[in-house]
Amino acid sequence: MSILDTATPRTARSLMARLDPRTRVILALLFALATVAIDEITALAAALGVALTLAVLARLPLGATMRRMLGLEGFMLAVLVLLPVTVPGRPVAELFGLVVSAEGLARAVAIALKANAVAVALLALVGSMEIVALGRALARLGAPERLVHLLLFTVRYIEVLEREYRRLRLAMRARAFRPTTSLHCWRSLGYLFGMLMVRSLERAERIDAAMRCRGFTGRFHALDGDDDGGRGGAPGALDWGVGAATVTVVALAGLI
Amino acid sequence: MTELIRLEAVSFAYDAARPVLRGVDFTLAAGQRLALNGTNGAGKTTLLHLMVGLVAPSAGRVIAFGRERRSEADFVEVRGRAGLLFQDADDQLFCPTVAEDVAFGPLNQGKSRAEARAIVHDTLASLGLEKLENRVTHKLSGGERRLVSLAAVLAMRPEALLLDEPTNALDQPTRSRLLDILAGLDQAMVIVSHDREVLERLATAEIRLEDGRLARD
Repeated sequence: MSILDTATPRTARSLMARLDPRTRVILALLFALATVAIDEITALAAALGVALTLAVLARLPLGATMRRMLGLEGFMLAVLVLLPVTVPGRPVAELFGLVVSAEGLARAVAIALKANAVAVALLALVGSMEIVALGRALARLGAPERLVHLLLFTVRYIEVLEREYRRLRLAMRARAFRPTTSLHCWRSLGYLFGMLMVRSLERAERIDAAMRCRGFTGRFHALDGDDDGGRGGAPGALDWGVGAATVTVVALAGLI
Repeated sequence: MTELIRLEAVSFAYDAARPVLRGVDFTLAAGQRLALNGTNGAGKTTLLHLMVGLVAPSAGRVIAFGRERRSEADFVEVRGRAGLLFQDADDQLFCPTVAEDVAFGPLNQGKSRAEARAIVHDTLASLGLEKLENRVTHKLSGGERRLVSLAAVLAMRPEALLLDEPTNALDQPTRSRLLDILAGLDQAMVIVSHDREVLERLATAEIRLEDGRLARD
């Protein structure tokens, strides 16, 4: 499975899939900002609850999602273990001669909740759509055209580069290369990445040539746009409904 | 016969010490399908790239569609009229979806979105690829990629096709299908290929690049 395959379920379209990609991008952004801004543990637990609900609505596959989350947990583990023993405060326990503070513990829990809530919500809202749809949504929301093209070109060619990397790696193994800690090994790996850069550059030149062959002179013309009059332009009733509900919830949360 | 592309005493070198082409004269006329042979590194791809201005000759003239072409701006029009099919389809298909990729050329030629959409539809249908229209390009198989990149070139309605190893790395069914398609087209062609079957089925004449010069077989 490639990193580009989205975790899109193959069954009937979920509620999430029926939402306009733009609605999902905005929701994800709002949710992430709100979650990062709050510090109350109960509020963060509620945020994680909301994120999990979104994941269920998006029908995220359990196994694949767990594997993706494991990457994040591994990354955070060091921080979470260190915080309780490094933040000064009221001591609650002692482990191997290190004092565990209540403040540190609370902060570790808050960070764990925040990170997981945001990650799960992102996976549910943004991760479950085709990257191409995400690129278009960003473009229509007014993201700089260059960045959107950069994203789409990256998506298109990252797999080509990965194939090239695997081919080179395989060719090395076919000649009995084994990663060790010798100078020969480091030099060979240096050659590998150097060659990958050279090939990428050459490919970029060929792509540019191919684009010029089809009349490209520096400006992209979109096949789909806001003026096509079809479903592509206007958000549907569902999007307005979700938008209204979100505003209400945010307002209520603000009042409390 | 209408002359489409003419090269006059064209020379080219990537490295001045070892010139690839040394005074090549070449003409492609309407209705001709020229097979271009030569050993690896003989300069076959370079010759195709010279015709559409992707590289500039160090000496000699490129006359395409009735005018001498020198600058990048001159060649913009040439590239629409002489469609170059690249060796590696991955270089050519860069848009997210098949429809967008096929529409890329026509949109650059100033066609409206509605016109481009109609061209995409017609071109894919004429090659029997209508099912691929909304597929994501990086998820196509190797054979599908080659056929779609041909569709992307044909969508510009070229008068000549420059094919760089069109059947390279294709399986037998896809190869036959591509040959059938090419045999049914009325464009003039320059075909670089080592594939005997391609030459026998398509070519009306063979030319050979040797030591930087062209020889007629």
